[in-house]
Amino acid sequence: MIVLVTGASGFLGRAVAAEAVAAGHDVRTLQRRPSGVDGVTDFLGSITDPENVATAMEGVEGVIHLAAKVSLAGDPHAFHAVNVEGTQLVLAAAEAAGVSRFVQVSSPSVAHAGSALAGVGAEPASPEHARSEYARTKAQAELLALASDSDRMRVVAIRPHLVWGPGDTQLVGRIVDRARRGRLPLLNGGTALIDTTYVDNAASGILAALHRADVAHGKAYVLTNGEPRPVADILAGICLASGVQPPRWSVPAAVGRTAGSLVERVWAVRPGVDEPPMTRFLAEQLSTAHWFDQRDIREALDWSPAVSIDEGLRRLARHER
Amino acid sequence: MVTEAASRPPHDLPGLDPRFSRVTAVPGSGLDAGLTRDWHYLDTGDELARLGVPVAGTILAVHGNPTWSYYWRELLTQSVQAAEAEAGAGDGSGATAPAWRIIAVDQLDMGFSERTGIHRPLAQRVADLTAFTDALSLDGPVISLGHDWGGVVSLGWAVDHPEQLSGVMLLNTAVHHETGKPIPAPLRLARARGMLAASTVRTPAFLETTLALTSEPLDPTVKDAYRAPYRTAARRGGIGGFVADIPVDAQHESYNELDRIATAVAKIDLPALMLWGPRDPIFSDYYLDDLIERLPHANVHRFERAGHLVAEDVPYAESVLTWLGDNAASLANPGSASPSPREALAAASASADADDSSFVPLWRNLDERADDTTTAVIDMSTRGQRGPQQVSWRQLSDRVSQIAAGLTAIGVTKGQRVSLLVPPGPTLTAVVYACLRIGAIIVVADAGLGVKGLTRAVRGSWPDFIIGEAPGLTAARTLGWPGVRISTAKLPKVSAATLGVSYSLRDLITLGADTPLPAEPRSGDDAAILFTSGSTGPAKGVVYRHGQLSALRDVLARHFDVTADTGLVTGFAPFALLGPALGTRSVTPAMDVSSPRTLTARAVAAAVEASGGSMVFLSPASILNVVATAGDLTAHDRSELERVRTFLSTGAPIGAELLASAATIMPNATPHSPYGMTECLLVTDITLDGIRAAAGGAHTGVCVGKPIGENRIRISALDSDGAATGTPSTEPVVLGEIIVSAPHLKDHYDRLWLTDRAAARETAVDTDDVDAPTAPDVPSARWHRTGDVGHLDELGRLWVEGRLPHVIVTATGPIAPVGAEQDVEGVAAVRRAAVVGVGPHKLRQAVAVVETISPTRKPGLADPELTAAIRASTTLPLVAVLAVPQLPTDIRHNSKIDRTRLSEWAERLLAGGKPTAP
Repeated sequence: MIVLVTGASGFLGRAVAAEAVAAGHDVRTLQRRPSGVDGVTDFLGSITDPENVATAMEGVEGVIHLAAKVSLAGDPHAFHAVNVEGTQLVLAAAEAAGVSRFVQVSSPSVAHAGSALAGVGAEPASPEHARSEYARTKAQAELLALASDSDRMRVVAIRPHLVWGPGDTQLVGRIVDRARRGRLPLLNGGTALIDTTYVDNAASGILAALHRADVAHGKAYVLTNGEPRPVADILAGICLASGVQPPRWSVPAAVGRTAGSLVERVWAVRPGVDEPPMTRFLAEQLSTAHWFDQRDIREALDWSPAVSIDEGLRRLARHER
Repeated sequence: MVTEAASRPPHDLPGLDPRFSRVTAVPGSGLDAGLTRDWHYLDTGDELARLGVPVAGTILAVHGNPTWSYYWRELLTQSVQAAEAEAGAGDGSGATAPAWRIIAVDQLDMGFSERTGIHRPLAQRVADLTAFTDALSLDGPVISLGHDWGGVVSLGWAVDHPEQLSGVMLLNTAVHHETGKPIPAPLRLARARGMLAASTVRTPAFLETTLALTSEPLDPTVKDAYRAPYRTAARRGGIGGFVADIPVDAQHESYNELDRIATAVAKIDLPALMLWGPRDPIFSDYYLDDLIERLPHANVHRFERAGHLVAEDVPYAESVLTWLGDNAASLANPGSASPSPREALAAASASADADDSSFVPLWRNLDERADDTTTAVIDMSTRGQRGPQQVSWRQLSDRVSQIAAGLTAIGVTKGQRVSLLVPPGPTLTAVVYACLRIGAIIVVADAGLGVKGLTRAVRGSWPDFIIGEAPGLTAARTLGWPGVRISTAKLPKVSAATLGVSYSLRDLITLGADTPLPAEPRSGDDAAILFTSGSTGPAKGVVYRHGQLSALRDVLARHFDVTADTGLVTGFAPFALLGPALGTRSVTPAMDVSSPRTLTARAVAAAVEASGGSMVFLSPASILNVVATAGDLTAHDRSELERVRTFLSTGAPIGAELLASAATIMPNATPHSPYGMTECLLVTDITLDGIRAAAGGAHTGVCVGKPIGENRIRISALDSDGAATGTPSTEPVVLGEIIVSAPHLKDHYDRLWLTDRAAARETAVDTDDVDAPTAPDVPSARWHRTGDVGHLDELGRLWVEGRLPHVIVTATGPIAPVGAEQDVEGVAAVRRAAVVGVGPHKLRQAVAVVETISPTRKPGLADPELTAAIRASTTLPLVAVLAVPQLPTDIRHNSKIDRTRLSEWAERLLAGGKPTAP
């Protein structure tokens, strides 16, 4: 199958493109920078540019759409331009090019506000309840994608939760960096159970969604390792694998949320080069339970994660050394 | 009083389908002769007709005061839903099962029926109801259903229509009030001069008080619906009329009618159901007890937490539908049951009598050894200052006969209940055998239940007599426990009067001097009600018949080879009491019997020496202290202990190490750890060697050995929902609920029909089960669901893996906690562990919660190294490992961890809650 992967220069995008190559597909990528993935054809350009998109889409049969503006705070217009308008463009181009399978890579934050989530399924995306610009625009994008599901083009939305692994600058990078600088507190002792996803599992799950789109289409699925862990366990595991002292200090969750909310507001006005140290959204992510029912996705995709958290941490440690 | 026409309730009352609402004109009778009265009522008849469901008959439901037909809304809704489901399922696949039409009236002057302006005594109300059913030309079988004073009116209708009546159902009501006994205080207040009109009519006080009689506050919209027909004083006239109509004494105008109904009810021989909320300041257990005496065959369920408005507190409609299903055939054809319910009740006791030939009553040895001057009972316990008490067979036999005669003299008869608040010792032994001998049913509650639990147990079983020492009688007095009070010791007059004590045991002996003993009870008669702690919910009363108690004695004697020469040393009451029945000496060692931890190794040795006993029973808690004090034993003590041949740990299974360390002080004894429960005290048995042989294999859980004697064990496999739905079988290595059958299994639970039903649910064994009894009605075919889970192994040994409510239902299936707990407890740093679930049903995740050897100060996540070690110790995936200073221990089960509470705590913590103590 000729498969187009958008956003293949990102951490997850690279893994997905490589997985698609390994599965024997003819893989193209579309993003501004070279993907650096062996065996793919890079189309350099922006998903907000109709010409770039149309060119990359020619003759494509399957699309995996990962390109997005991913950060925890920033200019609302920039999020909308990439995440909503960009997705609209990609969807329209795919339909025009006769693409038959389309995987929208989404995020669990599109449906879930701050309250504790224990064993829930994939609720419908809800832009009005989203707690960040990222979540709001990704929610809109997912609704657009699923609305395009048809007999001609099967659309599946996959929401991987907290993807991590070797080479990850988003989550692992920040955790390790902040832990090193002593700026990573545990909220309420870090006892909240969270689901995370080892990157290889996220990639294999997304490929499974492409292959099973005929069965699984029209729906969104949360994808995780299916091994919930207390936040402190995960943070400690990642820090130890990276040779950094894990966080020891704990602040009450309410304090963390208030501080996060303040910082977020200041940052929105004076955006810096780095992300803010603590956003309200991140505070919620790290202080309340977030784990998901994995029965539906495993059955619909006929897939299960191959790499356990413990094995993932071993691989992370090998990579860091 | 004011008159007003009937009307319709508002259309938007919660839970009430307005389609059921009807108003009909009824030609009056009695005071209303020649007049027509408009009745409002609810009726499912048209809806059943629309669904095309055949009708089995009618349930005639009568509300109490001050409610209205709204009280029955849930039954109307659910019965129609059930009929609808049945009609849907029956499409094309044969006949639809018939449904019961429900008619719930608003009595005249009540609800939305006509305000007549005429005072309506009970006889008029009964006549009114007949006028109503005549006007509807109600034919076919009718089951009466009533609550509160509606219960009386419905029973009045019932006894007046014997040809139509097919059953009776009652919720908190009364048909009889003993003359001279004051009526319940709240009603006295409402009836007081000047108060009656004010509290019931002019203000809504009586209505509001009644609406507050639920265990959880009623939803405000539901409360409002109850108020709907009683908005003004003019509309509340009927409420005052009802209260005024309570027959306080024989002079009251309604006394004779109530008496007529009460007498006739005692002749009803049709299926009966009573659903009761004991937290009712008006219709207390006193009235339930009276109704059970009149309808002894009734199915009775007391919902421990429910109050007066029982229908608002518990799922009564489900219970009613269940009961209708159970009795479908005989209800549809009034009086067709053969044998009739009363005959069946008698037959049940007679069928247990069938093996009377082999029945040896517990007191037989006391008769046969009435002249034996050797020692029967020794009490070395630390209660009295007089030192060890020795009682010979002759003394015990005499004392039992004297007390039995005395009890008879003061009117204790067969079937009456006697609550025993006496600590273990010779006095308790004598009183127990005296009660058993005359057929009085002993009610024995474990002091470990605490005051609250004891009060529930005593009130729930509603004893006719209480025998106790001063502390027990003080509790009985202050907590308002029922029963004529008898003190074990003679009390000073003033104390006796203060405690409301009518007799002392010494008085009984004097009073009974010339009283002959009644005929002996038979094996099928009820003998005892035992209350011990349940691991979930309030304690349940477990009823044993004489034959079952004798069977317990026999299985103990046979399995452990107890003879007259054996001699028992025990501080554990149930087995201490069996000494005389077993025909051997029993001795209570020096200890505080209410605190097993006070027993020392030297006290055991002294007890062995004093009794020549060769069999020792120790509870797990006392074993700990006996082992801890073994260093104090002298050489003489040790040589006395060498004569012990059998040693039993009686209680929760203990580890091989503890059992072995207790065995070292009794070098010639075989240590046993039997498994059982209040409902079946001896199920399986295993020796220390057996435990060691079972260790190290592939099985998880606690090996409790093989069934004792004729006992049988089956496993009902758990399904993916964690429910024990599997056909009971002996297939090995299948996790499921443990089901037991034994000659000494309890007969039933007291006044807990639904619990009984659940315990005996689907216990029919496989047809190709080689052990299956050929005749299903032989007593040994009684099976009991234990609520424990576990599995059998290839050798037929039972492995217990926890309690059914503690099973963790994961996405991949149910997991019992004990196996993983044992794995985790194998980690060096762990002292005790509990494995509990968090998350939604069928998606639960397992969490280990541990007490560490060097205790942690604050509850929270275990440190990473311990977490890793614990995860590695078990194949069960653990999402988190939590460490706590102390695991919460179920107060009702000394050594058992309160996993339910722990699971809720872990759930909060792992959702991101504040780290509090569990």
